[in-house]
Amino acid sequence: MAAPPRLSKMPISPRRRQSTIKGYLVGVVLALVLTAIPFGLVATRALRPIQIFVVIGIAAIAQAVVHLRYFLHLDLKPSSQNKLIALCFAGVVLFILFGGTLWIMFNLNYRKM
Amino acid sequence: MTDTVITAGHDETAAEAAERAIDEKTYGFWIYLMSDAIIFALLFATFVVMSHNTASGPDSHTLFRLPYTFAETILLLASSTTLGCSNAAIAAGQRGRTLTWLGVTSLLGLGFVTMEISEFYGMAVAGAGPSRNGFLSAFFTLVGTHGIHLSIGLIWIVLLGCEVTLRGLNPFVVSRLYRLGLFWHFLVIVWIGIFSVVYLPEIL
Repeated sequence: MAAPPRLSKMPISPRRRQSTIKGYLVGVVLALVLTAIPFGLVATRALRPIQIFVVIGIAAIAQAVVHLRYFLHLDLKPSSQNKLIALCFAGVVLFILFGGTLWIMFNLNYRKM
Repeated sequence: MTDTVITAGHDETAAEAAERAIDEKTYGFWIYLMSDAIIFALLFATFVVMSHNTASGPDSHTLFRLPYTFAETILLLASSTTLGCSNAAIAAGQRGRTLTWLGVTSLLGLGFVTMEISEFYGMAVAGAGPSRNGFLSAFFTLVGTHGIHLSIGLIWIVLLGCEVTLRGLNPFVVSRLYRLGLFWHFLVIVWIGIFSVVYLPEIL
């Protein structure tokens, strides 16, 4: 049996050479816009508070997607399928824990009033 | 940190085996990040439940300042960008540029952590410490947990910087740098949640 090759001397495989600066720059510009919108609205109070809450929520979710896509390199290719499934599962657990906690606690609050 | 011993299967070369081992580690780390996301989700839920329990403590309008939070956000976004620059340098195999960008990233991260600590200190001195009321307990727990994560990320950057200096950009070091990037970008996403759930609604 041949001696095991020195893995530490091997070159970086071509598959890992794909990260370019361009993708990051697109992501940063989108992230800055999605940060500026909610901060600007809170600073100027241009809309009614309830509308600002909705915009903050939408901008936050959009920005999380931008970060996942451009910074964490999550896409719809088969190579990131496992990660995507784990993310979806975590999303379901998150929804149940976060939504469930708020539901129970605010319901309790309401009933004790 | 030793290189893992990897035995290639019958149908794969040593390079493919190394590639597979790295992919498996990355996936395992991804699972860890998801479990961390659940910890943060519960802290967020705790904060939202407690956010009205101020026990006539200090008003959140006097505690939080919009420009300060905005500056912290910009620091984190900038650190995401510089980490991306270091990733591009890794892909090009340039050790020096990788180290430079890692250094810039750690400085930006250090700036963020410093701002956070000074904010916490200012609040505690002004009588708005974590023991003041339920709202502040939940605030310090949530934002503090994020700050501790970022501090650990800073130590990690320094350690990996040493490893890059000593051992160069071999596939294992590169895969560690990749997981560091995942961790850091994940924490920036958590910060988006923090300014959207904690700071902006409280200032509004």
